[in-house]
Amino acid sequence: MSPVLEVTGLRTHFHTRAGVVKAVDGVSFKLEQGEIMGLVGESGSGKTVTGFSLLGLVDPPGRIVEGSVRLNGTELVGMSERDLRRRRGREISMVFQDPIATLNPMFTVGQQMRMALESHGSISGRAAAARSEELLTMVGIPSPRARLRAYPHEFSGGMRQRVAIAIALLHRPSVIVADEPTTALDVSIQAQILATMRTLATETGTSLIWISHDLAVVSSLATRLAVMYAGRVVEEGPTADILRRPRHPYTQGLIASLPAMAEPGAPLTQIPGTTPSLLSLPPGCPFAPRCPRATAACAAEPVLTRDGTRAVACFHPAEPA
Amino acid sequence: MTYLTIDHVSRHFAPHLTLGEKIAARLGADVETRAVQAVTDVSVTVPRGRTLGLVGESGCGKSTLGRVISGILPPSTGTVLLDGKPVMTGGNKTTTRVQMVFQDPFASLDPRMKVGEAVAEGPVAHGLTTRAKARDYVAGWFARVGLDPALADRYPHQFSGGQRQRIAIARALAMQPDLLICDEPVASLDVSIQAQIINLFLDLRRDLGLTCVFISHDLSVVRHVCDRMAVMYLGRIVEEGATETVFNDPAHPYTRSLLASVPELVLDADDLVQFVPIEGEVPSPHAPPPGCHFNPRCPFAKDICRTEKPPLKPLTADRFAACHFAEEILAGAAT
Ligand SMILES: Nc1ncnc2c1ncn2[C@@H]1O[C@H](COP(=O)(O)OP(=O)(O)OP(=O)(O)O)[C@@H](O)[C@H]1O
Ligand SMILES: Nc1ncnc2c1ncn2[C@@H]1O[C@H](COP(=O)(O)OP(=O)(O)OP(=O)(O)O)[C@@H](O)[C@H]1O
Ligand SMILES: [Mg+2]
Ligand SMILES: [Mg+2]
Repeated sequence: MSPVLEVTGLRTHFHTRAGVVKAVDGVSFKLEQGEIMGLVGESGSGKTVTGFSLLGLVDPPGRIVEGSVRLNGTELVGMSERDLRRRRGREISMVFQDPIATLNPMFTVGQQMRMALESHGSISGRAAAARSEELLTMVGIPSPRARLRAYPHEFSGGMRQRVAIAIALLHRPSVIVADEPTTALDVSIQAQILATMRTLATETGTSLIWISHDLAVVSSLATRLAVMYAGRVVEEGPTADILRRPRHPYTQGLIASLPAMAEPGAPLTQIPGTTPSLLSLPPGCPFAPRCPRATAACAAEPVLTRDGTRAVACFHPAEPA
Repeated sequence: MTYLTIDHVSRHFAPHLTLGEKIAARLGADVETRAVQAVTDVSVTVPRGRTLGLVGESGCGKSTLGRVISGILPPSTGTVLLDGKPVMTGGNKTTTRVQMVFQDPFASLDPRMKVGEAVAEGPVAHGLTTRAKARDYVAGWFARVGLDPALADRYPHQFSGGQRQRIAIARALAMQPDLLICDEPVASLDVSIQAQIINLFLDLRRDLGLTCVFISHDLSVVRHVCDRMAVMYLGRIVEEGATETVFNDPAHPYTRSLLASVPELVLDADDLVQFVPIEGEVPSPHAPPPGCHFNPRCPFAKDICRTEKPPLKPLTADRFAACHFAEEILAGAAT
């Protein structure tokens, strides 16, 4: 079966006055129907911009400069805004990291959900209200009917986040990009959302890209994991395998930083050095300046190389289990 | 020595109804006319240099309480004291000693202002640095939160979520507060940068005696940085105590359910984790259930729980709980 989504050699750059920010610089992956892929990585490594690129939502001065995004066999890169808009929400949708980007402060949540429903065909007010209420219930908002009449600022942070999830689900799209969708949720409601998402994937075949910093959440939801660093995927493979035996030194450093790995109150392990500036990335492996295993070989750029189920972009990867 | 005193603080939000809705409500239509009880009768103290964790269900009133403590939102009743002096008088904030890092860093940054200026603004206005030295001052704080000081000339939309969160942290710290209210300060940071920020908080606490209120859904982070923690449910504190005590042996049934839902790292692909939310419906803050607010979802609820509100009472040396059956639960004798 052909994948639902196939991303090849994606590069998205921002042309700023200070120079070119290579936010996404060579990202490739495939997503099968009903598959949940976790996307993790350093803050600022290009996860959100990757998501935006898939939906054609990158604003100038940003631009997809290279690569291909095929959704259900159709190439999205270079497609007209009008055609993209027809697919957005219906075939592919995104839960934004920043709920403000989804919610307009001037309208009630109910009005916004109705507008989202109307954007892909006419629907009666009654049907729209029923569908909206159904989704707010699904994401665990108490008194959903009363809440439809409330404005975004009257919701708590976690409630806004759940409304954003509900809006992304309105049209039952085949691919959902969920960007940090549960950061503002308590563990109980998070469990409810995760259960809902898994059901969507297994029962309706929705494919998910789950962007998150919470490795525990990713490990319990996503079967496959991609790790990003400085605009590229540096490691990819089955989630449990990567977490048990990370091969890339960045992934290893990430796992060692988990608070669970330290005594309460003691300093936590952190990866030495600082995040590279995407403006002036030196040639070669972008992680080399912070890497304990770097050698002269790392002056060349490592490519993501597949070995069985796992792939890594490193000249000195740790042995897989 | 008590530094922060939260004394019987409550905060509600009245609904703003249009004239039409008011009339409809009179006529018996389904319009919500009751106020939201966001925070109800919360009292807790924090000694100087200590960190209090605030955890609980989404919508239980943590951010509202945080905003009241920071003097951004006046309480409906009750007072907040810093070193014995009220944070607000006559609806106005009276001190810069308390700063807040907001849950939503984008909403708190002016999109038209360069981030370096946003960080410098407060410290310059309050004489912590001068206009001439502001650049270096800001650069110092940028470096401490792991941001390249060269980024100070950019605008908020040019940053990733985690970078914005760190700008918000730098802005609050640059005011050199004695009390910092952090609302989900590390939620959108990768674990390595999260470690760097947590280490920074630990340093500031040790070196400058910074007092913190730390709101977070990430219980492993709370466990790592907080001396004490308060668990909230529907606007009230239901359990409060030394962090390790609460984690090792939670007394309130809500705390127990919450800790049981914490996801763990799954290292075996054949292990299909079941996601177990706490049973029952999340109650509406418009009409909390009578008696103990948690009773409709509580596995131990008895008749008394449906009629009588349990007070927050001392249970063991370093912990309080608001449950009629807390002793039995701790003794493992509750049914
Ligand atoms: N409009 C823009 N102009 C210039 N640079 C930008 C712009 N938007 C994003 N960037 C840069 O692109 C890089 C990637 O950003 P992105 O938001 O994708 O990161 P991320 O991986 O989602 O990080 P986080 O985990 O912190 O959300 C960042 O370094 C950011 O500063
Ligand atoms: N300005 C407001 N107007 C009306 N209701 C409000 C307002 N601010 C908060 N509320 C309500 O008060 C309750 C508590 O909200 P608060 O933001 O304090 O929750 P929280 O514990 O911080 O939740 P989260 O973990 O989701 O951020 C919620 O029911 C919310 O809808
Ligand atoms: Mg992001
Ligand atoms: Mg909040």
